Amino acid sequence: MNLSLLVILPLFIALLLLPFKQLKQVRAIALCGALLQFILCLILLILFWKERANDNTAIMLFENNYTWYAPLHINYHTGVDGISVSMILLTSFVVLAGVLVSWNMQKFSKEFFFLLLFLSAGAYGFFISLDLFTLFFFLELAVIPKFLLIGIWGSGKKEYSAMKLALMLMGGSALVFVGLAGLYFNTDINGQHSFDLMQIMQLKIPTGVQNLFFPFAFIGFGVFTALFPFHTWVPDGHSSAPTAASMFLAGISMKLGGYGCLRVATFLMPDAAHHYSTLIIILACIAILYGAFATMMQTDLKYINAYSSISHCGFVLLGIGMLTKTAITGAVMQMVSHGLMTALFFAAIGMIYDRTHTRQVAQLGGLLKVMPFISAVFVIAGLCSLGLPGFSGFVAEMTVFVGSWENAGRFYHIATIVACASIVVTAVYILRATGQVIMGPVARSEYNLLRDASWNEKLAASLLIIGIVAIGIAPFWLNDLLSPATDIIIQKLASIIK
Amino acid sequence: MLNDFLILMKAELVITIILFILLFLKLGNKEWQNESLLNIINILLLLNLASGFFFAKSGTLFGDMFQTNELIRFEKNMLNLGTFIISLQSYDWLKNHKHVPEFYMLLLSTLLGMFFMISSNNILMFYLALELSTIPLAALSNFDLDKRRSSEAAFKMIISSAFSSGLLLFGISLLYGTTGTLNFPEIAQHLNGSPLQIFSFILLISGFGFKISAVPFHLWTGDVYEGSPVAVTSYLSVISKGAILFVFVSVLYKVFQSLSTAWYNILFLLSIATMVIGNLFALRQQNMKRFLAFSSIAQVGFILIGITGQSAEGSASVIYFVLVYIFSNLGAFGIVSLVSAVTGKENMSDYKGFYKTNPLLSWVFAISLFSLAGIPPTAGFFGKFFLLLAGAGKGNYLLITIAALNMVVSLYYYLNLIKVMFMDENEKPVEKINVNKLPKIAIIICVAGILITGLASGAYNYIYSLVK
Repeated sequence: MNLSLLVILPLFIALLLLPFKQLKQVRAIALCGALLQFILCLILLILFWKERANDNTAIMLFENNYTWYAPLHINYHTGVDGISVSMILLTSFVVLAGVLVSWNMQKFSKEFFFLLLFLSAGAYGFFISLDLFTLFFFLELAVIPKFLLIGIWGSGKKEYSAMKLALMLMGGSALVFVGLAGLYFNTDINGQHSFDLMQIMQLKIPTGVQNLFFPFAFIGFGVFTALFPFHTWVPDGHSSAPTAASMFLAGISMKLGGYGCLRVATFLMPDAAHHYSTLIIILACIAILYGAFATMMQTDLKYINAYSSISHCGFVLLGIGMLTKTAITGAVMQMVSHGLMTALFFAAIGMIYDRTHTRQVAQLGGLLKVMPFISAVFVIAGLCSLGLPGFSGFVAEMTVFVGSWENAGRFYHIATIVACASIVVTAVYILRATGQVIMGPVARSEYNLLRDASWNEKLAASLLIIGIVAIGIAPFWLNDLLSPATDIIIQKLASIIK
Repeated sequence: MLNDFLILMKAELVITIILFILLFLKLGNKEWQNESLLNIINILLLLNLASGFFFAKSGTLFGDMFQTNELIRFEKNMLNLGTFIISLQSYDWLKNHKHVPEFYMLLLSTLLGMFFMISSNNILMFYLALELSTIPLAALSNFDLDKRRSSEAAFKMIISSAFSSGLLLFGISLLYGTTGTLNFPEIAQHLNGSPLQIFSFILLISGFGFKISAVPFHLWTGDVYEGSPVAVTSYLSVISKGAILFVFVSVLYKVFQSLSTAWYNILFLLSIATMVIGNLFALRQQNMKRFLAFSSIAQVGFILIGITGQSAEGSASVIYFVLVYIFSNLGAFGIVSLVSAVTGKENMSDYKGFYKTNPLLSWVFAISLFSLAGIPPTAGFFGKFFLLLAGAGKGNYLLITIAALNMVVSLYYYLNLIKVMFMDENEKPVEKINVNKLPKIAIIICVAGILITGLASGAYNYIYSLVK
C-alpha cells in the first residue's frame, strides 16, 4: 500500500470541495472523504497485521523513498511501524467524528471543511514521514489551518487564542528546526549529510552534540504536547476553538508533539534522552499535578477539558521520560487513549453548548433528563478521563505507572506516586462536573425543550466510544501492534545505558 | 565578432530595442489610447521575457568587462519575469496615467542598468551599471506626479543613493589603490587582508547595505516605499533588491573569498540587526506599503544568513529565495496595488472584512503572506528553510536559533494582517473589486509560482547545478 494516499486523499477531497457552495453538497463530499480515509486507515491496519503475521520483521513497513531535493539529500521517505499505525488510526477516528460533529456548520462551510481536511492531511503526512524534512514540513503544515479554524469559527476571545496558539506552536517548531539542523550537520553518511530517520538511526551521534540539540527538539515538540511551562496555549486555544477544531487540536495535534518527542528526540538522541530524563520526569510531574489542580478551579466545561488535557499529556511525557519498554508503550497508548477520549469529551461539550448556549458548569444541570444520549456520552468521556477500568484511559495510565515503577530508584518511585496521586484529583473534578451538569434537577425550564443528539452526533460519539472501549476491554491488540516498534527504541536506549 | 556581440548582449539589446520602440511611440503623431498602449507594451515585455530562453551562449566582451553565463542568464530571466508581473499589476494604475511611455522608459532603463550590473566583471563597470539603475528609479518614485509624498520619496531616494554611491566609490578607489586593478578576478588574486583592504571592503559592504536596505542602512526605506507609487515600491523591493543581491553574492563568494572571515562576522551582525529591527518596526506599521517595506527589510536579514553559509548552498539558497520572493512579494503587492488603484485605500484598517467582499483576492493575499512568513506548503517555507540550513552549515547555531525565533515574530504581523482580512468585522469593507484581465494573469502567475516552485524541487536543483 502506498502510504502517500493518506496525504493525497484528504487533499484531493479538499480540492474537490472548491467548486461547491451549498452546505448540503459540501458536507456530503466532506463526509465521503472522511469515510474514505477512515476505510483507508482500516485497510492499512489489516495490511499491517498481515505483513507482521507473515513474519515481516522490518522496522518500517510499506516504505517508499523518492528523491526530493537531491543536492541537500532531502527525500520524501514514508513508512510506518506500530506506533505510526496507531496514530494514523487515531487520526482517522477523530477526523470522521469531527466532520460528523460539524454537520450544521453554516458559516463559511466550504472553507471550514477544506481546512479540516487540509489539517488531517498534515497530520497523516507527519505520522508517515521517515525523513526529518518532510516531518517538519507536515508539522508546520498542521499549524496555520488551526489558526484560521479558531480565529474564524471560534468563540470568546478567539483572535487572541488563535494568535497565541499559532505563535507558540510556531515557536516550538522553530526550536524543532534548530534541533533537526543540528542533527543534519552531525550526520556523515559517505561524506553526505542526511535527514533520513532510518539512516540517522544507525549512526552514533556524539554525546556532546546530542546533549546540545536534544533540548531543542524535545522542547520544540513538547510545546505541541503541552510540556510545562509551554502549555499556556492549550486552555485558550481549546476553549475558543469550534467543536471539531477542539477535537482535532486535543485529539491529534497534541499527539504530533508526543510522537515527535518519541520518534525524533528520544529515538535519535538516546544518550541525551537518558541524560535529561530526570528533568523530563520532573516537568511531566509538574504538568500532571498542575493540570489537575488547575482543572479543579475551572467553571467552563471546555476549560475543564483543556486543563485536564495538560494533565493527561503529562502522562505521555512521563512515559517517554521513564525510558522503559512498558512506560513507552504506555505513553503511546495514552496518546491514543487521550486522543479518543478528549475528542469525545469535546464533542459532548460541543453538543451541550450548541443546545444550551452556555458552557458554565453552574448554569447547567439535570441534562440527563433532557438529553440522555449526550449525557451518557459525557459520562463515558468523564469516566474514561478519570481512568475507570474498561475504558482506554485505565489501560494507558496503568501501563505508564507500571513502566515507571520498573525503574529502580527512589526518584522514579516518588515520581510515579506523585503521578498516581493526580488521579484522585481527576476524580474530584470529573465527578463534580458530571454531578452538576448531568444529575440533579433541570437547571432552567427552557432546557426541557432541548432535543437529544441527532443521528450524526450519535454516529460520531459511538465511533469514538467504540475506539475507547476496544482499547479498554482488549488492550492486547494495541500492545501487540506497538511492541515491535518500542522494542527497537528500547534496544537503542539499552546500548547506551549499559 | 558581431555575432558574439549580438548574442552575448542579447538581453540588453532586446531591452534597448523596446526602449526605442517606446520612444517612437511617444514621438509619433498618433495619439495612443492608454489601454492599447499598455497591451502593446505588455506583449513586448512578454517577448522580452521569452527571448531570454533562446540563443544561450556564455562568454565575455569588452576586454572581460562584461560576462555572461548560464547563471547570469537565469538571473536576468528572473528579473524579466518580475518586471513583467509588475507591469501587468500596474495596469489599473497606469490606465489613467498621462505618461505611460515615460514610465516604461524609466523602468526599462533601470532594468538595463541591472542587467549590466549582473553581467559586470569589472568594478568600474559595476559602478556605472549601478548608477544607470539607480537614477531612473528615483525618477520613478516621483511618478505619482500630483502627490507631494511621491516627490519627497524621490528626493530621499536620490540623496541616500548618492550617499551610498559615495561610500561605494570611496571603497572602490581604495581597493584599486591597494590591488592595482579593477577586474574582479584580478582583485581576488591581489587581496591579502591588509587593514586598508578591509576598510575598503567595509565601505563596499556599507554601499551594498544601503541598496539592499540592511540595518543600519535602512532608514530611507520606509519613507521611500510609502511615498512611491505601488508599482515602483514593488519594483524597488523585489527587482532592484534582487539584482543587487545577485551581485552581492557573486562578489562575496568569487572576489572576496579570501577575506571571508572578515565578512562572515560583519554579515553575522548585520543579519541579526536587520532581522530584529525590521521585525520590530514591521509590528507597528499601519500603512500597507510601509508594512511591506519593513517586512522586506526583515526578509533581507534572512537572506544575509544564507550568504554566511558555504558557497554552493549559500548562493543557491539566496538565488532560490529571490525567485520565491519575487512570486510571494509580488503576490502581496499585487493585491495592495489593485486595492490602491481601485479605491485609493492603503491602510491596514481598510482591509477589515476584506474576505466578505473579495474572498478570492483574500486567499491570494493570504497565500502570499504565508509564503513570506515561510509556512508550508508555499515556496516561502522551502526558501527560508534552505537559507537557514545554509547558514547552519558553518556550525553557527546561535545565528539560526535567533533567525528561527525571528520567524515567529514575523509570523505575528503576517497573521495579524490575515486576522484583519478574515476575522475583523467592518461595516464598510472595500467593495467587490473587478479584476482586469492583465492583473488577473499576474495574480495567477504569482500563485502558481508560490505553489509550484517549492513543492517541485526542479527550480532549486537547477539553481544549485548552476552555482556548483
